[in-house]
Amino acid sequence: MIQAQRPGHDVDPKLLEILVCPLTKAPLEYDRDRQELVSRAARLAYPIRDGIPIMLADEARKLDESELTR
Amino acid sequence: MATMSDATRDAPPLVFDRPLLRRRLERAARLGPEPFLLERAAEDMADRLAAVKRQFETAVDLGTPTDALAHALDGHAAVGRLFRAAPLATGLVAPGVVADEEALPFAAGSLDLVVSVLSLQSVNDLPGVLAQVRRTLKPDGLFMAALFGGGSLSELRQAFAIAESETTGGLSPRVAPFADVRDLGALLQRAGFALPVTDVDRVVVRYGSPFSLFSDLRRMGAANALLERRRVPLRRATLLRAAEIYGERFADPDGRVRATFEIVFLSGWAPHESQQKPLRPGSAKMRLADALGAREVPLPPVGTDEG
Repeated sequence: MIQAQRPGHDVDPKLLEILVCPLTKAPLEYDRDRQELVSRAARLAYPIRDGIPIMLADEARKLDESELTR
Repeated sequence: MATMSDATRDAPPLVFDRPLLRRRLERAARLGPEPFLLERAAEDMADRLAAVKRQFETAVDLGTPTDALAHALDGHAAVGRLFRAAPLATGLVAPGVVADEEALPFAAGSLDLVVSVLSLQSVNDLPGVLAQVRRTLKPDGLFMAALFGGGSLSELRQAFAIAESETTGGLSPRVAPFADVRDLGALLQRAGFALPVTDVDRVVVRYGSPFSLFSDLRRMGAANALLERRRVPLRRATLLRAAEIYGERFADPDGRVRATFEIVFLSGWAPHESQQKPLRPGSAKMRLADALGAREVPLPPVGTDEG
């Protein structure tokens, strides 16, 4: 699928406020540089594409140990 | 790591192949979605919301396959900010979010309004979804959804059943089971919604031929996504025979065929002190006998009752 990549397209702040991890319902950390929403409880990083958070476990990146202890 | 489908596998019986459903929706988006029913239900929902004398600051559109509902609610007096949550990124623009209706990514008590048009008929665990929606709502928050109900596509179901038993000597599920409107009301109540209301909009659509119905269903992303579906492609003979039976049984005098869609509207509120509720027993201010103009017959004294 072709999608226009627009770096710096930030997530809506109000949306960030209400989002949680869909699996654990735990709060998320916003990693602006990587454009990811990190759920430590689920050990997953949900990608953000064009300002749209992809809150699907099967699209998320699995966190490794070093990232969890950071 | 358990994927989402693994996580739900040992829970309620799975009816829908959700990854397949997502691919069906992708195909529908490529074909150009069939807007007619979506738009009708979305407009209807906008009217219903206008009748609610409330302002909903933060709203989520849960799973509506197109922007039909977002469009209908754009600039709506009752709705502040609406975030679209859809299972596909296709057609979604920021501030939207890609989410599975069965695993909601919204914080408890964070939303004033959750709306959804023609999406929730294909979740595997509707009671679970309703419970999750209820949790994301603030007290006195409103949930309003439209989904395909029990009587939808009954003609197609019959035509396939006959055609398949004739050509293959057996039946396989071709048309999704849809929830009955009464069951849906009970589910709302079970999920803890106050003042639950359900009603049905019955839409009969007339098509030039059964094949234009099939094409519309594909464009709605509504082609068969049942887990129990036969894994071999539908035989051409079966399809042609089904179309033939459909034409014989469900055609109008002018040759066009009828397809029935039942759109069930659901609404319920997250409980709140201010909502009307039944009075406590014994709190009546007037005698029932007076209201009825009847003679009051006193109950026998307590203790004489055997039951």
